[in-house]
Amino acid sequence: LGATFLLFLLLLLLLLIQKHMIVQPLLSGFFQCGRHVERAHKLSHYRLFPKSLGQVISKFSVRELHISLTQGYWRTMQWGQPYQPSPPGAELWVWFQDSVTDVDGTWSELTNVLSGIFCASLNFDSINSIQPSASFKPLGIGNVTDHRFLRYATLPRETVCTENLTPWKKLLPCGSKAGLAVLLKSEKLFHSSFHSQAVHIRPVCQDAQCATTSWELRQTLNVVFDLYVSGQGKREWSLFKMFSRTLTEACPLASSSKIYVDVSDNSEVLTAQAVVLGDRRTFSVYDLTQKSTFGTTSSLNLLIRWKSSDAHMLRPLLHAERYVAGYRLQSGEIHTLMYNNHPYRSFPVLLLDLVPWYLRLYIHTLSVTSKGKTNRPSYIHYEPSKDRVKPHTLEMLVQLPPNSVTEVTVHFDRILLKWTEYPPDPNHGFYVGSSVVSSLVPSIVAMDTNATHECPLFNSFFPSKEETSYFVRLYTEPLLVNLPTPDFSMPYNVICLTCTVVAVGYGSLFNLLTRNFQIGEPRPGVAKRIANVIRKMRGVPPL
Amino acid sequence: MATAEVERRRARLATMSIAAVVILVGIPLWWRTTTTYRAWLPVTQIQELAKLQLLLSADVEVVFARGTLTPEQQKKITVTHTQDEDHDINGETSLTYRYETRYRTATIMEEDALSQPSAVATDLSLHTLSESPCGSLVVYVIPESSSLLPQDVDVYVGQRRTALLRVAAETKAAKTLDQVLAAVEPRVKEVLQVMSFSHHDITAALGDRVRLSPGSPQRKADSMRSFKSSPGYEITFSLLNPDPKWHRLHWDIEGAVRTYVQPLLSKLSPVANFSVDSQMLHYTMLGVNAQFDASHDAYTLSVESLAHVINPVEARLGSNAASSNALLNFLLYVPDPQHSPLRILDHQKRQVASNAFHSPRWGGIMVYNVNGFYEANGEAVDVNINMAEVMGVFLAQLRLLLGVHPSAPRAGFLVAPPGSSGLSDWELDRLMWSRSVENVATATTTITSLAQLLDQIDNIVINDNIAQQVSSAIASLQLATAELESGNLAFALQYSKEAILASERAFFDPSLLHLLYFPNDQKFAIYIPLFVPICVPLVLALLQIMSEVHQRRRDKQAKKD
Repeated sequence: LGATFLLFLLLLLLLLIQKHMIVQPLLSGFFQCGRHVERAHKLSHYRLFPKSLGQVISKFSVRELHISLTQGYWRTMQWGQPYQPSPPGAELWVWFQDSVTDVDGTWSELTNVLSGIFCASLNFDSINSIQPSASFKPLGIGNVTDHRFLRYATLPRETVCTENLTPWKKLLPCGSKAGLAVLLKSEKLFHSSFHSQAVHIRPVCQDAQCATTSWELRQTLNVVFDLYVSGQGKREWSLFKMFSRTLTEACPLASSSKIYVDVSDNSEVLTAQAVVLGDRRTFSVYDLTQKSTFGTTSSLNLLIRWKSSDAHMLRPLLHAERYVAGYRLQSGEIHTLMYNNHPYRSFPVLLLDLVPWYLRLYIHTLSVTSKGKTNRPSYIHYEPSKDRVKPHTLEMLVQLPPNSVTEVTVHFDRILLKWTEYPPDPNHGFYVGSSVVSSLVPSIVAMDTNATHECPLFNSFFPSKEETSYFVRLYTEPLLVNLPTPDFSMPYNVICLTCTVVAVGYGSLFNLLTRNFQIGEPRPGVAKRIANVIRKMRGVPPL
Repeated sequence: MATAEVERRRARLATMSIAAVVILVGIPLWWRTTTTYRAWLPVTQIQELAKLQLLLSADVEVVFARGTLTPEQQKKITVTHTQDEDHDINGETSLTYRYETRYRTATIMEEDALSQPSAVATDLSLHTLSESPCGSLVVYVIPESSSLLPQDVDVYVGQRRTALLRVAAETKAAKTLDQVLAAVEPRVKEVLQVMSFSHHDITAALGDRVRLSPGSPQRKADSMRSFKSSPGYEITFSLLNPDPKWHRLHWDIEGAVRTYVQPLLSKLSPVANFSVDSQMLHYTMLGVNAQFDASHDAYTLSVESLAHVINPVEARLGSNAASSNALLNFLLYVPDPQHSPLRILDHQKRQVASNAFHSPRWGGIMVYNVNGFYEANGEAVDVNINMAEVMGVFLAQLRLLLGVHPSAPRAGFLVAPPGSSGLSDWELDRLMWSRSVENVATATTTITSLAQLLDQIDNIVINDNIAQQVSSAIASLQLATAELESGNLAFALQYSKEAILASERAFFDPSLLHLLYFPNDQKFAIYIPLFVPICVPLVLALLQIMSEVHQRRRDKQAKKD
């Protein structure tokens, strides 16, 4: 309660906005982040913080909110660890204040409002939302960790497009008028292999003493351009090529606006060194707030050519994938594979599975094996589903032995749904959201934190510098599962068929009951009848 | 022959019993299983609502000060007088205004108050003596010799619910009490027109029910300016900065809201709930390119172009996603130095003094020019905005948009400026009168059109909660009209708000969606495979029986003959 109280007695003042961008080699990953911190008095007078989100926070008593909209799947084995992990489709997780009494009601209202703000159709309610007990902990300050106030949901099928990007850009204080956001032209951004935009809101400390708190809004955009293919095999890229724009100025409201280019592979100009996700990388830094960055042309276009054709990238130490096994439409198996590529260290991972109720999991068939031996999870949290009420939650802590593959399998039955419960195009299959693998991965690189002090925000993405391990969250592929699907003209056919059966039965019964039976003359034979016809024509009396 | 007859009788009996089973069991069963649930609605009460007869009654106390009546008149003075004024708006709506006037002489305390040196002080001390309830008025009749009012002023309208009325020579001439009262009455009525409901306000409030014949354009504009009655309003102050490269704007909006806006809103709290917030928007341009006008030595926005200013800005303002209350926007636009100073021109091409305009039922925009602050080197300068100036304009606009109209000043009237809250008690009363009437009118139209809709679509399900909402809306409406009749304005407004909430909740219930229900032709397409094979033989058999019966009767007739 103390934290909540403090939070509502703050002053209105702007702190900082920082925007950073990392351009990674290889596939030219692009990564941008705007961050506004707002001290707000009861969150009603806004300077940089967008009003629409502020109203949402105060109306629904939100303590922390993380929403991501992603198009495409981050390929960990090719692209390395994700900077901002997000599953394909939409993901939302929210911590509510402990003053909220009806969390489910607030959650469904909140998702409706967020759908409106981000032009997405986030149909989250208790049927597809869960309360993970360990995987998602609050990232901001505060000590409430009772997972009754947490809701987590994903929509793997949600398509992300321009209409979601526009409201996201509108949340930036400078919009797309100045600063790095000038580059964000949707026709270029969506011509990419991976696109993920996210908004994170959390309470943070105002100062070192943490006497007052303020809200931090962090907007991230993560895009992967496959310039190697589109550039006819040449290993070069430039800002203009990627975005068909160049930079002219920083957003005047920004206290820091920098571009980091990862030049680890052809490092001639060494400007900053940082350890990112357990790997030491070299960056050259372009500070947009400095006039000299833009040179005489007053426009900044970065162009990078690689000398060597192959690039060094650390093989990710942790990697996970998942698939459905089994045939026919009655039952199946979900396999989750987790790879520990560390040569000699074992480490624990938290696996979270959200499985919809229409796959009936048999938890007694759960098996965890690594290197051919059974691996007993040290912690299992399982909440069974209720049909049409809530999904399965399966959460477990597994120790991954060094240099191994750990396989988690569980059997399930496919359910025949009611005919109104099928979505449009049911033969496409039903999506099951990604598993979430969270872990503290031991770092291989020896730590060196000399050059990292100058870029505080940059490091706050990768809060690992002084630890010997770093936090990684991975999402597996979403699953596409076929359920037994009826022919949808069925109801009318059934009605017609049963009616016909009833009618035939009833008709014969009716006839039997109401006909008069009389003894009749046997009919004459065919020859006699023909003869009679002829005789009639001739005018002769019949036989 | 005999066996054939027995056989035929058996067949006939079988047909009849099957028909009986179909009619007695089958049809009721089908009917029961396929009817939609329609909760009972109070139809007669709804029909009564279609005919709205409102009676507004105001309590008026006329107090004669010493020196206005002769002693024998004073003895007879304690009389009450009720006056009704009927207006037929249209066939289905009629209004009655009832003024219940009570005449009495001033008490000693009141006499003391009336002998204060100034009208303002008198007003205050009269208020402390007795606080009159919401919707009632006290008019003090003071002698001509009184020095409270300036020479050319006859009526002083106070900040609260009191007025001072100086009687002229005509009462002197009157001999009897009745003559005096008859002389005072028209003057009191004039005061009432200002301080209590006026016919114009009330008919404007009925706009939801009654299509008014267009009066003068000015009046029409007046009636369309203010927001519709809503249970809550969200007021947003936005500071628009077209280019933050040039100036960093600072405004103490929190302090300004506390000092200027909050007193008014807390005074208005019986009418609706208010919430206030503010935001700063950067890189927000107006929709019109202002042209430089040499004659004004400024960039100018003409009246015609103002209509196009709002649209591009509105996309940035952000809708209030979190509530469904009405949204009032107040924008402060600070033009960049290249387009400064920016002036708004009126119809006569003169500069508007406040440099602001408002958009009906939307909000207000003010242009705030900062000149002479800019430095040559292009560095951004800090600009502190003078909030008193800005809030003065916005408050005036807010009053207009909320429907606090300044009534046309009459000759000989002196209206006290509203106190620190920015709103006199009687202005609040006027607003409450018109809001109550408006709520009642809106709720009745909502309920009657809902009943009409449900009547038209006969296979729509009416759930119990809708019936309950409708009943509670009707109950609140009846209470509201009853309270209006007895002059309890505060309660009337409260009940009318409840009525409007309940009626809207019923009307917008998601279960009342026409598309959720099958049309009849589709329903029968499904029934036909069952109905036709069952009914055709049955009907044919019945027809045959009937024709046989007919035949036999005819035969009997023939035999008799």
